[in-house]
Amino acid sequence: MTPAADRVVFENVSKFYGEILGVNRVSFSLEPGITALVGPNGSGKTTLMNLMTGLIRPTHGRVTVRGLSPGDPQEFFRHVGYCTQFDSFPHGVTGYDFIYWPLRLAGFSGAEANRFSEEALDRVGLREAGMRRVAGYSKGMRQRVRLGQAIAHHPSVLVLDEPLNGLDPMARAESLALFQELGSQGLHLIISSHILEEVDRISDRVILISNGFIVAEGRIHEVRREVQDQPMQILVRCSNARGLAAEAFSLGDVVEAKLQKDGGGLLVRTTNAEKFYLLLNRAVTAGLVEIDTVAPADDDVNSLYQYLIGSDGNLT
Amino acid sequence: MSDGASAVRPPAEWTGPPWRLWVRQIGILVRHELRRSLFTRRRFWVFLLAFVPLLLFGVPWVVHSRQPVDAAALENQTQIFAGIMQLYYVRLGLFFACMGVFTWLFRGEMVERTLHYPFLTPVRREVLVIGKFLAGAAIVISVFEISVLGSFFLLYGRFGKLGSAYVFDGPGLGQLGVYLLIIALGALGYGAVFLGLSLVFRNPIVPGALFLGWETITPVLPGWLQMLSVTFYLKHLYPVSVPSNSFLLGLFTVSTGPISSAVAVAGLLGFTVAVLAFSCYRIRRTEITYSVD
Ligand SMILES: Nc1ncnc2c1ncn2[C@@H]1O[C@H](COP(=O)(O)OP(=O)(O)OP(=O)(O)O)[C@@H](O)[C@H]1O
Ligand SMILES: [Mg+2]
Repeated sequence: MTPAADRVVFENVSKFYGEILGVNRVSFSLEPGITALVGPNGSGKTTLMNLMTGLIRPTHGRVTVRGLSPGDPQEFFRHVGYCTQFDSFPHGVTGYDFIYWPLRLAGFSGAEANRFSEEALDRVGLREAGMRRVAGYSKGMRQRVRLGQAIAHHPSVLVLDEPLNGLDPMARAESLALFQELGSQGLHLIISSHILEEVDRISDRVILISNGFIVAEGRIHEVRREVQDQPMQILVRCSNARGLAAEAFSLGDVVEAKLQKDGGGLLVRTTNAEKFYLLLNRAVTAGLVEIDTVAPADDDVNSLYQYLIGSDGNLT
Repeated sequence: MSDGASAVRPPAEWTGPPWRLWVRQIGILVRHELRRSLFTRRRFWVFLLAFVPLLLFGVPWVVHSRQPVDAAALENQTQIFAGIMQLYYVRLGLFFACMGVFTWLFRGEMVERTLHYPFLTPVRREVLVIGKFLAGAAIVISVFEISVLGSFFLLYGRFGKLGSAYVFDGPGLGQLGVYLLIIALGALGYGAVFLGLSLVFRNPIVPGALFLGWETITPVLPGWLQMLSVTFYLKHLYPVSVPSNSFLLGLFTVSTGPISSAVAVAGLLGFTVAVLAFSCYRIRRTEITYSVD
């Protein structure tokens, strides 16, 4: 058994949609367990998951899942289940049929497929609704029936794109419990979310993604430490940027203060944003500068992180 | 949600020979596709296209029931039927019905954003192509053959004893068999081409028109180019040749040529398989690029 045989491996994978960057130079090797894939809208989570399951093909690089290539679906999808973000269904399908027929296609007998379908409907809490048409389901029910389809054939790798979307707190807790149970059984679960808090408790590791780049990856507290040690970037558009730069450097925590080309702004990198904001306040009250805008520059990990975990910056 | 007690089991291995699995998958795919697309509003005009000649033959039966029913008239009607087969059924009706049905097999699932479902099942994409293709063929062939059968019996039914003698003791039944074969082969050939085109072009109207033009001009092209058209193979099968006494008729109809029927049938099937192979290649490279909303 090669080391890759039980891993989900991305080797230097890039995906471009024409000119548009989907993800760039992604490499990782995931062990079994729960991996949270976290990033804001448009950061590339779905792209990464579609690459993982062969719905799209990498522009560069290679993807293997437990040593299998998505290019061989007949073998691949016996082991992999993918609950996509697409909220569309075959016309007129019932919840039960939606789960049953893919099982039949996979080669299960009618009796097996029936058993697995009912079990899956049960696990996602749709036992009663199974015989109804999906067209009449609520958003949360549709989300759950798609989850049911993804888990029905007992895959060893489960890829879930924002599976908690649209669920009420009750269903959310039940889903999380289900994920935890599956994770403890030695499955690979890759779960995306744009809210870190939502998934970090059950995750063994986190991948933070932003603008198509993996910005941090690892065990949850390692990521936290890594991120907190990173300086944060703040962009200030103001008059007398030069004067502000001099003031800023008097603070020990400011790593860098770069004048913008037009002289009307300053990009500050600091490990202590609070202190810099205080200084900014003092500078304004002292009439040293007039401020146009102050904004965290959004391509740095820290502001991303703050966005992901909420404003208070506390992880747990 | 109950946390069902079942632990993870390895997914059942398929133990039989792989082709058994493929046959079964194709059976399921065909049934599904038929249910998905046979009786939808989009299909209505396929029926319309197919059944127009029934009116043509049905109405005279009622209206001109006093017309002579002698051997000369029967001969004349046989010629007319041959002309309608070539001109209408194959060149127009079947062509556009195939365009509608086969271009929609995959394109439809992209528009409805459901193509990722079959892509995420343990089914080879080649099997998917064949399943959908056969479903499309089943739709078009059955609808058109029902119509041809209807037209045929309406036509000869009018001639009473003379008609039934022509059909059952004469060449009639044999001709009917060949027409049904032509419909089936034409559907396979056109279907394969339109399926292929739908995997290359987002909008199949323009390539469809080009293909129609191609099918029309190939009779005057060199032999090896002719082999790339469906008409080329079908024209060697027609049991009754149509006199090309008018220019228009001459342009659109063909007189029977020298190739043997067996070669023509094999040629068309080979053509179909080659085009399908191209579709398989394309579908393997097809990506799901529709966005979430
Ligand atoms: N089919 C496509 N064509 C062009 N660009 C695309 C396509 N799909 C995604 N993109 C682009 O790739 C980037 C990543 O998109 P992706 O859908 O992977 O993000 P995401 O993290 O899943 O976002 P969300 O949280 O909204 O689901 C975005 O800039 C997006 O615009
Ligand atoms: Mg997404």
